[in-house]
Parts: sequence; C-alpha cells; structure tokens
Amino acid sequence: MADNSPLLDVSNLRVAFPTRTGMAEAVRGVSFTLGREKLGIVGESGSGKSMTGRSILRLVPPPGRVSADRLAFRGEDLLAASARRMRDIRGRRIAIVMQDPKYSLNPVMTVGHQIAEAYRVHSKAGAAEAKRRALEMLAAVRIRDPERVYDRYPHEVSGGMGQRIMIAMMLIPDPDLLIADEPTSALDVTVQMQVLAILDDLCSQRGMGMIFVSHDLNLVASFCDRILIMYAGRVVESCRASELHAAQHPYTRGLLASLPRIDEPPGDLPVLSRDPAWLEG
Amino acid sequence: MMIDIRDLRVRFGQGVDTVTAVDGVTLSVREGESFGLVGESGSGKSTVLRAVSGLNDEWTGRIAVAGTEQGPVRQKGFYKLCQMVFQDPYGSLHPRHTVDRILAEPIAIHGLGDADARIDRVLRDVGLGPSFRFRYPHQLSGGQRQRVAIARALVLEPRVLLLDEPTSALDVSVQAEILNLLRRLRMEHGLTLVLVTHNLAVVANLCDRLAVMNRGRLVEEMSVEDLRRGAAREPYTLQLLRASQGYDRATAESFRDYA
Repeated sequence: MADNSPLLDVSNLRVAFPTRTGMAEAVRGVSFTLGREKLGIVGESGSGKSMTGRSILRLVPPPGRVSADRLAFRGEDLLAASARRMRDIRGRRIAIVMQDPKYSLNPVMTVGHQIAEAYRVHSKAGAAEAKRRALEMLAAVRIRDPERVYDRYPHEVSGGMGQRIMIAMMLIPDPDLLIADEPTSALDVTVQMQVLAILDDLCSQRGMGMIFVSHDLNLVASFCDRILIMYAGRVVESCRASELHAAQHPYTRGLLASLPRIDEPPGDLPVLSRDPAWLEG
Repeated sequence: MMIDIRDLRVRFGQGVDTVTAVDGVTLSVREGESFGLVGESGSGKSTVLRAVSGLNDEWTGRIAVAGTEQGPVRQKGFYKLCQMVFQDPYGSLHPRHTVDRILAEPIAIHGLGDADARIDRVLRDVGLGPSFRFRYPHQLSGGQRQRVAIARALVLEPRVLLLDEPTSALDVSVQAEILNLLRRLRMEHGLTLVLVTHNLAVVANLCDRLAVMNRGRLVEEMSVEDLRRGAAREPYTLQLLRASQGYDRATAESFRDYA
C-alpha cells in the first residue's frame, strides 16, 4: 500500500437515533481524511464529536444507526466489515482511549494483567512474553516503578496514572490509529500536559495517526496539527491548528471570544448568539 | 473582614490512614471582595470551602464570618448570610421538584414569607424569568440549571456566596454567560464571592485576589493584576501558570512534583 494514501477516509458520515418524533441525527454528513497526523475534533456537548469518533470503530450503541458514503480504514470498508473482522481491527489497528479511567478499567483485575491481556488477544505471545511487554509499555508511558504498578488494582492508582495505564493498554498492540476521546479532561493541568507529551512522542515515534476529540479549543490548537470544528452534527470549519486564531466561521469566532483569558482584564465576556443558519453549514 | 480563617486544619480518617486535607490555612476575605481559591485536585481548596460553609464539621482552627466566630455546627441564621453553589447542576437540584418548589424551600425554612414575589424576583434576577417557574430540572439545559442553583442561593438574599467550580461542568459559551451573571449579581447585591476553581482564567475574569493551594497548604496569595502579569513568587504557581497556557512539549518536560 502506498504510504501517501490516507489512513482514514470518511465521507458523508451520519449517525441517527430513533425517537418518538422520528430519526434524530447526531452526526449529519461529516467528511474528512486523516493521514499520519494529529487531527483535533472540537465542539460543545451535543455537537456529535464523540459519536464521530465512536462510529469509526462501529461502537455506536443500538438503536443508533451509522451510515456513510465511505468509511474506509487503509482502503478497507469498515461499514461492510464482519463483526469478526471488526473485533480484529478494534484494539489491533484502531484503538480508542476514553475520558475517565475510573470507568474504563476492570476494577477486579490488576492493571498489569489488563495490559498483558490486551497484548495476548492480538498476538500469539505467551504469558511471560506478554508480561515483559506490559512492563515495557508501563515504562514507555513514564510510570516510574512498573513492577510495583503492575500488581496494583485500578482503585490503588491516581487518575493521572490510571489514564497512563489506559494509554499503555491501548498502545501495546501497536495500532495505526488512536482515537482519543477527551483523554485528559479529568486530569489536573500539569498531569494533562505530561500525558499529552507521552501521546505526542508515541505518535511521532510510531508514525501513528490520532483523532483527538476535545471541548478545549486552546488545548487542541496547541497540541494538534489540524482541527475540525463541529456544531450540531456538522463540521462547520476546518483549519490548521496554528491558524485557529484566524478562524472564519462565526461559531468558531464566538467560541474563541467566550473563553476567559488570564492576560485580559476582568469584564463581561462576549456571549455566543446562535444563528439558525449554522445548522445548515 | 467578611471571612477570617486562622490556622484551619481538616483531617480525614483515623490512625495510620489519617489524611491531612487542609494543613494550617490562614486567609481572609474583605466584604464585597471576589476571592479565588485555586489548586489541583487534592489540594484542599474545596475542603476549605466546605469547612466555611458548615458542610464539614471535623476541623480545628478558627473560622469567622461577618465578625461572628463559627463553631462546627451552624445556626440557621448563618445560612441566611452565607450560601453555596455547587459544581454539577445535574446533581445539585432535586430531579422531582419543580423550580418553584426548589426555590420555595429555603424561603419556608427561614420563615421569610412573601414566597411568590421573592421567587418571581430571583428568577428574573438570574435571567430566567417566570416561564421557567413550573419546570422540572430535566426540562432545563445545564446553564439554565446552574442559574436555578444560583437563584436558590440568592433567594435568601445572602451577603456571601461560596462557589465550588460553578462553571466546570458547562460548555465554554455557557460558562461565559454564568461568569457574566455572577459579575452582575455581585455588583447589584454587593456580594462577597469565594470561588474555588482549577481554572486560572476564570479567576482572572471574576476575582480581585486569589490564593494558590497545594497539598493542603496555602502556597501564595496574590492579586489578579499580578496573576495577569505572571508575577508569581512561588515555583509551584509559576508551573501552574505555564500549564494553563496550552500544550508545549518542552514545558511539559519541565514539570515536577511540589511537596
């Protein structure tokens, strides 16, 4: 496969849920391509950003329905893939990290076993080899004493460490694409920066692509290469991360203006007035 | 001084499991001032607020509010003077009570009377208006719920409002509306605000002065002007400031733990 072909090709992605008044569309025709880069998807709650991330792995819960003109991962149609094939892709080729480690880790299994299990599911490695790889991975996400942390249960580790453990578990099968859904929102700012540095390094060292879903505009602007801004299930604007400050769409501009800033004097913040026309583009 | 705290200590647990959540904090807030209490999780900032509000009675030291020394258990009159708004408007409103009933309860507890006019006035005050009066919390957006929570605190016409991360659960566009509302209410009612948050930008927008906490201790106090200029004295505060300025690979590398 040519290396310049996109990792992910999404065209006219739609996610709909049945309601009493008919189908409600959470994602309404999202299209983008992703190479080996960090793509940020930003939006407020209900904008469809998380559903976009989940639908790539076909993790939208029923009765939700996903459709697209094209949803291809390295040329392979994900919507047509069998359930068995999807299980193979999930974790091994495309991994996902969710927001809160408290709810994503198995509470009655040591963290080391969970990481080793993630490795064994996708390889033929034996228990000893899996443990060795798990310890390596814990060290790669900068956990100082991997041997000790390996035997801990999730409730015995801090939030920042829990999120690093999640990342270790997701990256141990060496995926080509990582979908990170608010991976650092539950963390303190300094820990957040340290976790982002780990993700950043792993992306550049492994040539992994990443979709970074977040509500935090400044964070995405400083961390990602490219940004999609979503509003009401649509991408209203896309730009290079470094050019977010020059965004054109009134929604993006309104969001940026409504953020308080440390270096600005106190005073009323501009409030976003939502234009119904934004719903259509 | 509206709030005067001397050598406040709060411990949880017993024996070897004892955790000192607040370790000798001394600070004071002037009448009409807006004061920010900043720190990361586990710094003890919310615990200080909960001790002042009377939600936590396991503390030692001295807490005085409006010149009156407070014991662990508060008199009813204290809550007429000092009210609190919580982080999560999804959890802090009774899901089966209408807005009207939520607002009527504190009026009844304090025997204030004239509930109808008070509720009508306070709803207008927080920008909701009478059409919201007979709705249930699930019929409201997050921002509207937080306005109801603020209305519930204001309906007693307190002089002090304690705010525990009041905008952290809200979208940024809604956060801006709530910050603007709090600023207007402070001006109109001459309120004293104590705002607990992890967000330095929110403090810069709403407060006059702030204290930074880390691991139960007060690291430093500063004016918001100093914060804006980045003129912090303590390395911990400087690190917090750098971390608030977005992701930078080299900066992330420089972070360390401050005990």
